[in-house]
Amino acid sequence: MRYLPLTDADRQSMLASIGVQNIDELFADIPAEVRLKELANLPRHAGEMEVERQLGAMAARNMAASTVPFFVGCGAYKHHVPASVDHLIQRSEFLTSYTPYQPEISQGTLQYLFEFQTQVAMLTGMEVANASMYDGSTACGEAVLMARRLTRRSNALLSGGLHPHYRDVAETLSKLSNSPVNALPGDPLGSEDIIAAIDEETACVVVQSPDVFGRIRDLSEIAAAAHDKGALLIAVVTEIVSLGALKPPGEMGADIVVAEGQSIGVSLNFGGPYVGLLATRQKYIRQMPGRVCGETVDANSRRGYVLTLSTREQHIRREKATSNICTNSGLCVLAFTIHLSLLGEAGLMRLARINHANAIALADGLSAIDGVELLTGNFFNEFTIRVPGKGADVVEALAEKGVLGGVPAARLAPDHAGLDDLIIVAATEVNSPDDRAAYVKALREVLS
Amino acid sequence: MSGAHPTFTGNKALQIEEPLLFEIGEVSKTGVDLIEPDAHDKRLGGLERKKIGLPGLSEPEAMRHYVRLSQKNFAIDAGIYPLGSCTMKHNPRLNEKMARLPGFGDVHPLQPQSSVQGALELIDTLAAWLLELTGMAGVAMSPKAGAHGEFCGMAAIKSAQLEKGDARALVLVPESAHGTNPATAALLGYKVRDIPARDDGTVSPDAVKAALGPDVAGIMLTNPNTCGLFERDIVAIADAVHAAGAYFYCDGANFNAIVGKTRPGDLGIDCMHINLHKTFSTPHGGGGPGSGPVVFSPALAPYAPLPYVVRQGDEFVLVETAGAASDANKPFGRLTAFHGQMGMFVRALSYMMSHGADGLRQASEDAVLSANYVRAGLRDVMTQPFGDQICMHEVLFDDAFLKETSVSTLDFAKAMIDEGFHPMTIYFPLVVHGAMLVEPTESESKASLDQFIATLRDLVRAAKAGDVERFGGAPYHAPRARLDETRAARYPVLRWSPETPAQAAE
Ligand SMILES: Cc1ncc(COP(=O)(O)O)c(C=O)c1O
Repeated sequence: MRYLPLTDADRQSMLASIGVQNIDELFADIPAEVRLKELANLPRHAGEMEVERQLGAMAARNMAASTVPFFVGCGAYKHHVPASVDHLIQRSEFLTSYTPYQPEISQGTLQYLFEFQTQVAMLTGMEVANASMYDGSTACGEAVLMARRLTRRSNALLSGGLHPHYRDVAETLSKLSNSPVNALPGDPLGSEDIIAAIDEETACVVVQSPDVFGRIRDLSEIAAAAHDKGALLIAVVTEIVSLGALKPPGEMGADIVVAEGQSIGVSLNFGGPYVGLLATRQKYIRQMPGRVCGETVDANSRRGYVLTLSTREQHIRREKATSNICTNSGLCVLAFTIHLSLLGEAGLMRLARINHANAIALADGLSAIDGVELLTGNFFNEFTIRVPGKGADVVEALAEKGVLGGVPAARLAPDHAGLDDLIIVAATEVNSPDDRAAYVKALREVLS
Repeated sequence: MSGAHPTFTGNKALQIEEPLLFEIGEVSKTGVDLIEPDAHDKRLGGLERKKIGLPGLSEPEAMRHYVRLSQKNFAIDAGIYPLGSCTMKHNPRLNEKMARLPGFGDVHPLQPQSSVQGALELIDTLAAWLLELTGMAGVAMSPKAGAHGEFCGMAAIKSAQLEKGDARALVLVPESAHGTNPATAALLGYKVRDIPARDDGTVSPDAVKAALGPDVAGIMLTNPNTCGLFERDIVAIADAVHAAGAYFYCDGANFNAIVGKTRPGDLGIDCMHINLHKTFSTPHGGGGPGSGPVVFSPALAPYAPLPYVVRQGDEFVLVETAGAASDANKPFGRLTAFHGQMGMFVRALSYMMSHGADGLRQASEDAVLSANYVRAGLRDVMTQPFGDQICMHEVLFDDAFLKETSVSTLDFAKAMIDEGFHPMTIYFPLVVHGAMLVEPTESESKASLDQFIATLRDLVRAAKAGDVERFGGAPYHAPRARLDETRAARYPVLRWSPETPAQAAE
């Protein structure tokens, strides 16, 4: 077995040093009646070639995003990642290390965490950020818990523009800890009056912008109304590239910003691993979940970094911790940080302009088709169209024509009325004019 | 301070001081060539952004910056990383290659299901391997790490009891448990009741029975436990737990010791998370990402969260909503936006297929053998809190052997750094004074283990000989000397900012 260095001779001599006759003696504490005698009913070991063949066959049965005109978004986006990013994150020293428990030999990890926290704070317009959560949806759920601790209130008010899966995660967490959630119905037309739903019991208001239907929301008034009632505003961003074009939530009064960072540096990966961002105000850091890296000095007064404020965390505080999170999104953080270092402000803002321009061009192309209606007036790189018939059927028919045309809104939230004929469509820098033309042509054919 | 021959730069040959990105990058610079789009009327609702402040680097600068940072990290590929409870085994590169196949890495979670049949098949196949290895009835694939899996398992327990109108308030957790266990219980609104270990480091059925009652929802027990021992009365404990109407959550962080040797399903366990990033070698990546699938007994399997994959004939179906679930299933909700850590699933399955039933069992045997070999090599000079007994895949020492010296567990660990090793896990489990938890894994050669043992023996000798300098100031040879953690916590600086330029590195 190519991964096991010990030889049979080594094993024999090691057993002798330990003072046992055979390996079974080392497993004597496992009660005999539950000790396995036979090998598991699974194939025997296999060489690289055999494994590649089997997994390659499974991989070949999937339609990869880069092989078709691709317009699927709703919380995960196809962007181009520079080749250097994947090269760097595969360096042994990054890939095969763990949480920097020993800072003297983990300054590489710690420094990029510090850089990441700074980048996230700048992007979101907030003061501080943590060292990552699992993904945007779990970051959102944790932000709700954080807001409850900060306000000592329990009601969470969720906008109908929040990604329905994010809503489900927050509801699951809340339901199981007996805390109430008021989730407004899906809101493709942007008609909800969330301010009217805030009251003295509200711990937090959770608003996504651009929302799941693509609509851009001005958060300032909601923030003011929330603060007026003593509640916090949690802003959710599922397309982080949008912050290269849009005023950040921190400048609109958000108290906590959570985001999915996948768009920068991380591939689609069929849903994970991704990277959750969580940023907040300095005054709230002691209620922040997750790891955080801080600057300090070493015994020779040289600048260095450590994990800090760990009295919030499970390994110190146990049942009083702010969260149970331990392992987070390490390597995806690194990919995010490197990709964003390569982009810089100039690159990110240009990338955002391209995304926006491509989305406008696609929205205009699609809405020119008879029977197709564009529902989203202001959007970044994603918008919602109404089609005659079921959105899910149209998306399936498009896929048969080799176009992945978006997400049927009803797939995300089948329990919400009025979403059946809606498709949420994303456009990014990877879409060429030919891709857009192919989409328009295919949709016209499907609908005719 | 920089040795006999200080350098102009402060660098030491291959150890190069590296400023922060914000000190070397420029806002106007970019390392990505993108073509400016044609002029267009923006539809941003008047919420345009004017500036961000983010610096950029050209590609050569970025390469150099991050390569230099990498050189300040220890890694499995560079040496033994015996971090107890973390299973820092070799990360095969085939797995990286497989995860990057476009059919896995470049597919979107919300594509039509007809376009991702192979991805669903992969999830279903991995699930089947996990069920066979654990002897359990069902599995939730979506948890994103061990702690997330703990939440998943305890949520299923809570849901099962609530459904019967049997709300319970307490969860039993041994004092030696990992911090995520009590933190998880608290997240679900439970109070935690500690259970003590007996003198040999394991939990006795009597202690569990004494703590059980009508208000106890379940027990969270790690097996093999955090002291490196197999809970030999686990079946009796499970029986007692079930007799009291409670459930048995097993923290499976230490599954690497028993794969192919016994099955949690035969031990009476109701649910257990598996850290794919430990037992099944998905890389730890500087702190993540992980993956924490949870296996369930028949009693709890129906409560597994959305989404999940089912096989219908030749077709794989992703069940995403409660409405689409079969009548037998009562999913407790959703844990994450999508379907779990697909990238980790591919790597884990690649690892499992490579090992096969025979290799997986051999790996567990080698892991246990190696830990016991370290124990045998050190038992006469270091001390074990529960006496010298056979351990599983990790061996636990305490600091009694350092008693007459002025060397602490922390000092001892830092001196190991100078010798080119990553220290073991220290001060965990909390119940053991000055704990040192050594997990060599199956990835070390005998020569590597021998060198490790010889080095630790020399360190013990030096400590006992009063060579305090070797320990007190350690590490001497690392990129940084000991860092001031108190200052970091008292005056938190969590980001670079332009107003207060951080002091430059010397
Ligand atoms: C015993 C034990 N339980 C639970 C966990 C939590 O797992 P994770 O870090 O994947 O959330 C760990 C990991 O460090 C552990 O060692």
